[in-house]
Amino acid sequence: MSDVLTVPRSRRNIEFVLLLLALTVAISANYLAGAGREEPFADHFWFQAITLGLMGLLIHVILRFRAKYADPVILPIVIALNGIGLAMIHRLDLSAILVNPDYPPVAPQQVTWTAVAIGAAAILLIVLRDHRILRRFTYISLIVSAVLLLLPLTPLGLEINGARIWISVGVGTFQPGEIAKITLAIFFAGYLSTNRDLILLAGKKIGPLQLPRFRDLAPMAAAWLVSIGVLIFQRDLGSSILFFGLFMVMIYVATSRVSWVLIGLAMIGVGVFFALELFSHVALRFDSWINAFAPEVYNRAPGGSAQVVQGLFGLANGGLVGTGLGEGRPDLVTYANSDMIIAALGEELGLIGVVAIVMLYVILVSRGIRAALGTKDGFGKLLACGLSFTIALQCFVVIGGITRLIPLTGLTTPFMSAGGSSLLANWLIVALILLISETARRPAPTAPMTDSFPEALGGGKPVKKRTAKETTR
Amino acid sequence: MSEAGELTVTILRFGFLILLWILVLSTVGALRRDLLVGSRTKAGTARDVRNNPDLREEPAPVRAPARRLVVTEGPLSGTSLDLAASPVLLGRAQEATLVLEDDYASGRHARLFPQGSRWFIEDLGSTNGTYLGGTQLTRALPVEPGVPIRIGKTVIELRP
Repeated sequence: MSDVLTVPRSRRNIEFVLLLLALTVAISANYLAGAGREEPFADHFWFQAITLGLMGLLIHVILRFRAKYADPVILPIVIALNGIGLAMIHRLDLSAILVNPDYPPVAPQQVTWTAVAIGAAAILLIVLRDHRILRRFTYISLIVSAVLLLLPLTPLGLEINGARIWISVGVGTFQPGEIAKITLAIFFAGYLSTNRDLILLAGKKIGPLQLPRFRDLAPMAAAWLVSIGVLIFQRDLGSSILFFGLFMVMIYVATSRVSWVLIGLAMIGVGVFFALELFSHVALRFDSWINAFAPEVYNRAPGGSAQVVQGLFGLANGGLVGTGLGEGRPDLVTYANSDMIIAALGEELGLIGVVAIVMLYVILVSRGIRAALGTKDGFGKLLACGLSFTIALQCFVVIGGITRLIPLTGLTTPFMSAGGSSLLANWLIVALILLISETARRPAPTAPMTDSFPEALGGGKPVKKRTAKETTR
Repeated sequence: MSEAGELTVTILRFGFLILLWILVLSTVGALRRDLLVGSRTKAGTARDVRNNPDLREEPAPVRAPARRLVVTEGPLSGTSLDLAASPVLLGRAQEATLVLEDDYASGRHARLFPQGSRWFIEDLGSTNGTYLGGTQLTRALPVEPGVPIRIGKTVIELRP
């Protein structure tokens, strides 16, 4: 059964030890990235180390006071990933400056964004005591998501490399779609936890499949239209896959009906077919995936496969143990510090290093799913599942694209890629997962119930609410 | 680069990979307790039980699983239905598993569903409510065999 009985224990001290270890990894990566290229312990080294250390400790202290029982491994993992990303971005800056002394470095900006993102996560942890409050904003989040997704299409929007997903905000650019994935997850979780039973029960049964009623399909059709809209108007394949995948997973988790997954896959099939027929950029992506090594495809611009193939060459150059941080040439790949950061890390840390990084992501996602299993309210379960899944899906789409398992799409690697909006969104996701894990692990405030007919716990929410005691026995 | 410098670089390079894996493995180590789901759910260690009396294992009450649903009052009195592993929808709607010909029942009134070894009843937002053993349902509750469930003028019971 879903609830697992363990002795409630805060485990903040374990988190502290792991956090110190993670900071050691982050800071030594930062040192190695600069070693031999700039004088050791330069200003930037201290700026980066102190920012990451202080902000990590800040979250740790807040967790001690506000969410004592939160999962102890999430924060160290995220700090390590963020630190490795910062080190790689700084290292690529140094290479770029060698070639072009006027190159504006990306790393200081990324360190500032890290501070902003962790600060936002800290504020969220303090302001939002309980994730269930978010349930009240179910439909507001739908409206907010719609506004965020439409913003880039307004005159505020900017078009970079053919994709219209940025807006300019005074000091820089921002990708509202990154925040929209959180608000959409909140909407789906609220909507599905309320209407789950109706969607579950209604509908005809054909063979082993229970087909949903047509009107229950409406939100799914809406999610499909949103994804297609993002694909057509913003020309962003990655976000489009992300939004639809998020909805499919959440409805599957809510109803455990395979028919939804089959319908969703059929809709994706239709979408892919029309996208291939109608949009040249999608067709080019596909072509540069299948025929990546053909010279005419490699040299084609735009839509050539040079980026992917360069990344693959880099990975091959890295081999099993890598060239060592700062010793390879990942700077030859275009967008090495954002889309292709895994290829850069793969070249310099080798298979062994990249597998360690993938393991960190796997543990992070599994802790999110674990929080979903442990928490007792349906909304929290769905939200934690959906949010952890967005991290997993992003990793899959990015790493799969770089290793040429699937066509390359422009999604960011969570916590690592250069880009403030993605970092901000992912840190907010971490804050939410930490809050949900806290409700999952916190000891029940009252004595375990012995009566079969307890008092209603208010709310009248038609969700099975059982104590840990009943379910595990 | 001098030989000593090269050696240092190699040591740093492998040292970093080792450090990365130490982080991964110690993270997994910290979760060891959590990962042992099967044995952890049954009982804590002796010390855990001493510190948390809640965890003490109680013998599970012997409970005969319900196998039949019987209508004891109302227009359909006497009808019985064998329970399988799938949920049962109660109401006036034609798609309901047990179609109640009861003017006081809603179309999709309530549902019974199995969870673990017991059956739960849940009201689906009916007009007149569902009563389990005299109490109106506000959320899903477990149903023991022999406890009457009232829907409109119909009363049903689970039987072993």
